[in-house]
Amino acid sequence: MSNLFPKSANKLPLQIIILVFVLGGLVTAGTTYYATNSYINVGYAPVQPVPFSHALHAGQLGIDCRYCHVGVDKSATSSVPAAQTCMNCHNQVKTDSPLLQVVRDSYASGDPVPWVKIHQAPDYVYFNHSVHIARGVSCVECHGKINEMDVVHQAKSLSMGFCLECHREPEKFVRDPKLVTNLDWKHPEGVEGQLRDGKKFVHDWNIKPPQSCSGCHR
Amino acid sequence: MRYVYLTVFFIVVLAVSILGFRGSLSTRTPLEIFPDMDHQAKYKPQAESKFFADGRVDRPRPAGTVAFGRMSDAADANFLKADPALFEGKDAKGSWIKGYPSAITVDAKFLERGQEKYTIYCAPCHGAVGDGNGITKQYGMGATPTYHDERLRNIAEGDLFNTITHGKGNMLSYAEKLAAQDRWAVIAYVRALQRAAHATVADVPAEHKSQLGIK
Repeated sequence: MSNLFPKSANKLPLQIIILVFVLGGLVTAGTTYYATNSYINVGYAPVQPVPFSHALHAGQLGIDCRYCHVGVDKSATSSVPAAQTCMNCHNQVKTDSPLLQVVRDSYASGDPVPWVKIHQAPDYVYFNHSVHIARGVSCVECHGKINEMDVVHQAKSLSMGFCLECHREPEKFVRDPKLVTNLDWKHPEGVEGQLRDGKKFVHDWNIKPPQSCSGCHR
Repeated sequence: MRYVYLTVFFIVVLAVSILGFRGSLSTRTPLEIFPDMDHQAKYKPQAESKFFADGRVDRPRPAGTVAFGRMSDAADANFLKADPALFEGKDAKGSWIKGYPSAITVDAKFLERGQEKYTIYCAPCHGAVGDGNGITKQYGMGATPTYHDERLRNIAEGDLFNTITHGKGNMLSYAEKLAAQDRWAVIAYVRALQRAAHATVADVPAEHKSQLGIK
């Protein structure tokens, strides 16, 4: 009787098991890397109706975030400014720029400028801006260095794991609330200084970030 | 077997070259892999409405309406904006008040609040010390008056309040940015700036003189 299978077939079961593990690993790695917010959402930089540069207004001119986003320290929403805020200066600066036509039309008609929203929390997340600002969580922690962006893009993943990183160890992130809109600020004494002052803030202000589901989901 | 691994390697290289790396900029709307309940049938602030003709979720206030109701029966200065001194800067006869409304207490904390609000909303044009040399001047903003001339040093507080509330000349209203109490805090801080600009050595308290290096 001749050999039905060649001798090399003896190795086949082991080779198949190894291949299954290799493929499984690749699929897991690929899903972790590509099917999460860090890949899908980070870097989203839509074309806006007005090419407004945060790098110029917030960076170069040093205008405070709250000059335009007035609601951020008072309400859950960080409000997008009405066209009147732009016209505070642009009724005198670059009054004939075609790029600002949308703003002038909005100011005249009262219809909003159709800005494209970048940072989307799912509708089952109840994020409140004011409580974070009041307790010294800087804008930069979630939005990145907006003051260096000509075109704003999403800089952080804003996944639930991202939120929990800070909710579990707030002392690594909280700072003096007077400094929240200073996006370039880092603790002058580095990590050790941040941890020391952070722990003090967490204790003095009784910061207890919720880690239970109902803290953010209702 | 070698060919199987070569194929796998080829597929991986192909996938990475098509999908790219994390964090690269894109103008395309992000993909939603599990939309679940991300988008619910409810309105969020400043969102788009398909129901109202103007497409706005936030409804504009009909003219002449005032806030109705309040959280408790406790006295609330904001209720119906009943106090003309606090909300218009006018006294009972309708002229600009001098000094501050009775609902306002000017203390160090109030001045600090004024300094914070001034730095955010006023300093870009009026300058950090109120001399009218804010950063926007370099970018073509017209002449912003200094606070330190005779006219503005003697102007009634109520008149200043009116300017912040309704704007004046090229300056638009800041009523949407500053609550009435915040506007009074800004006025108190502007008064402090005016006093500082005309201060002499005699005004410096003794314990601070050495800090400034003066005798």
